[in-house]
Amino acid sequence: MERIELKNALPKVFLQHSDICSDVWRKEVTLERGHVYLVEAMSGTGKSSLCSYILGYRHDYDGHIFFDGTDIAGLKVKDWVEIRKAHISHLFQELRLFPELTAWENVQVKNHLTHFKPDGRIREWFDALGIADKLDAKVGRMSFGQQQRVALIRALVQPFDFLLADEPISHLDDVNARIMADIIMEEAKARGAGVVITSIGKRIDLPYEKIFKL
Amino acid sequence: MNLIWKLLKQHISPLQLAGFFFANLLGMWIVMLGVQFYKDVIPLFTEDDAFLNNNFLVISKHITSVGTVAGRSNTFSGSELDDLRRQPFCRRAAAFISSQYKVAAAMSVNGAAPLQSEMFFEAVPDSFVDADATAWKYEEGEMEVPVIMPRSYLALYNFGFAQSRGLPKVSDGLVGLIDMNIFIHSQGMHDRYHGKILGFSSRLNTILVPQSFMDWSNEKYEPNKEDEPSRLIIEVKNPTDDAIAQYMQQKGYDVEDNKLDAGRATYFLKIIISIVLLVGLLVSVLSFYILMLSVYLLVQKNTTKLETLLLVGYSPARVSAPYQWLTILINTAVFLLAFCLLLLCRNYYMDMIVLVFPQMKDGGVAAALFTGFGILVVVSLLNTWAIRSKVMNIWNRKD
Repeated sequence: MERIELKNALPKVFLQHSDICSDVWRKEVTLERGHVYLVEAMSGTGKSSLCSYILGYRHDYDGHIFFDGTDIAGLKVKDWVEIRKAHISHLFQELRLFPELTAWENVQVKNHLTHFKPDGRIREWFDALGIADKLDAKVGRMSFGQQQRVALIRALVQPFDFLLADEPISHLDDVNARIMADIIMEEAKARGAGVVITSIGKRIDLPYEKIFKL
Repeated sequence: MNLIWKLLKQHISPLQLAGFFFANLLGMWIVMLGVQFYKDVIPLFTEDDAFLNNNFLVISKHITSVGTVAGRSNTFSGSELDDLRRQPFCRRAAAFISSQYKVAAAMSVNGAAPLQSEMFFEAVPDSFVDADATAWKYEEGEMEVPVIMPRSYLALYNFGFAQSRGLPKVSDGLVGLIDMNIFIHSQGMHDRYHGKILGFSSRLNTILVPQSFMDWSNEKYEPNKEDEPSRLIIEVKNPTDDAIAQYMQQKGYDVEDNKLDAGRATYFLKIIISIVLLVGLLVSVLSFYILMLSVYLLVQKNTTKLETLLLVGYSPARVSAPYQWLTILINTAVFLLAFCLLLLCRNYYMDMIVLVFPQMKDGGVAAALFTGFGILVVVSLLNTWAIRSKVMNIWNRKD
């Protein structure tokens, strides 16, 4: 997938508002593979909605969204499964980890599906992100910051053309945020992928090429 | 798959599944048993006769006490036979020819003490007998005579005779074991023949020999006696034709046939088994309902997990698979266990049936097996479809 385009898109809940002032909603926006974008937003401006639309689990918008010129409104279940598995990786704001599984198992749930990264590489990431000692700990017992790092690793064990990270460092210290930024850029470059980060304040330090105000 | 199962097995209620398991087991067992019992027992009532097809009727004149006292003849005259032949329902008719001499027979198995009794022979034209033409023939002077015995003789031998003397019982397939000697005494002649039993007929209450033997032996032993037939055999176009019964009643003829009684018994048996099947199916449907409620509840409780799996790239098919396999496994286990229970019960009742109907052939358990398998497939398909549609609801965020 090379391009994600939004044409005149707007969450339906905002249809009543005539005073929408945004770089994304009701505009023509193109996100290209290989580039790094930041979407800055106030709370409640539809940041997570944007992610949901692109990941195909919500369709309550007006206007059109295209993947490589194809309107995503016409995509079938199997197309979405393939997109989530191999083209767009999403780091959820609410993380969506499984609290009853260990950190390692949470990552493996994804890696068993894609068989994308060797176990050694995954361990290196745990190590680099300072949670190597939490490999076998139940995610439910970990802090939100630690969980964010596990969620990042899970987002990376799959092929992708775009990485969509919804507030990835909201609970991280600067050191770990730096490490996370390095890993994201390293992986994105290796795959020639595009990166889309959203933030409501604290932003991860990446070489952004374009910043959208939502 | 292991990790997925580890996730999705959360909230599984063993109690609910056990409830479904036993309810479905009961339902499937009742249905299979009903089908199997039907298959095993119905042939006993509707069995086709090997030597006489269903379109043949044997008729005789009604014997009344008044007639007997008055010395009225119960034989058929030539004109009565001709009249019968002219009836539209009649395809052909012939008289039974009786032996005019004295016959005694001794039957034994493996040289044991024989069952001896006085007998009489009858014959009908060979074309009425549905037996192998090469076996059903007699050449003048031969010492071996082919014979078809009424099945009641077999029962008489097995229960009245063999049972009390500890002799082996004989089934249809073992007629070759019976050693039958026929003694004819007439006008100072004492001859001994060997009877070759071709088989047993449940529709003929007589000992049948080939017509050629009858003609020859009557001529030889009682040349001067004239035979008056007391029984006729007719082939009808349609045995259920009302005209037959009307004609017989009007003429005062009796139709020797137990098919009517068998038909009634079959009818009631069918009704009873239908009710049993209905109850079994009802239990199966209810158990299916329990399973569906249980699975729906499970999916409901695990909605977040299922949704996350779908969002990280698992297909609805893969996410549904663990629950689908769970139900298929339970259904298969139920089917296998129900089948084992069925075999146990069948062994029990077959022992009793064989005691009463030794001629019974074992038809096997294929019908029950197929019925059970059919239920297994239908229930599993419905379960699979229901689970998939529940997961699709999560995909479409309908819940």
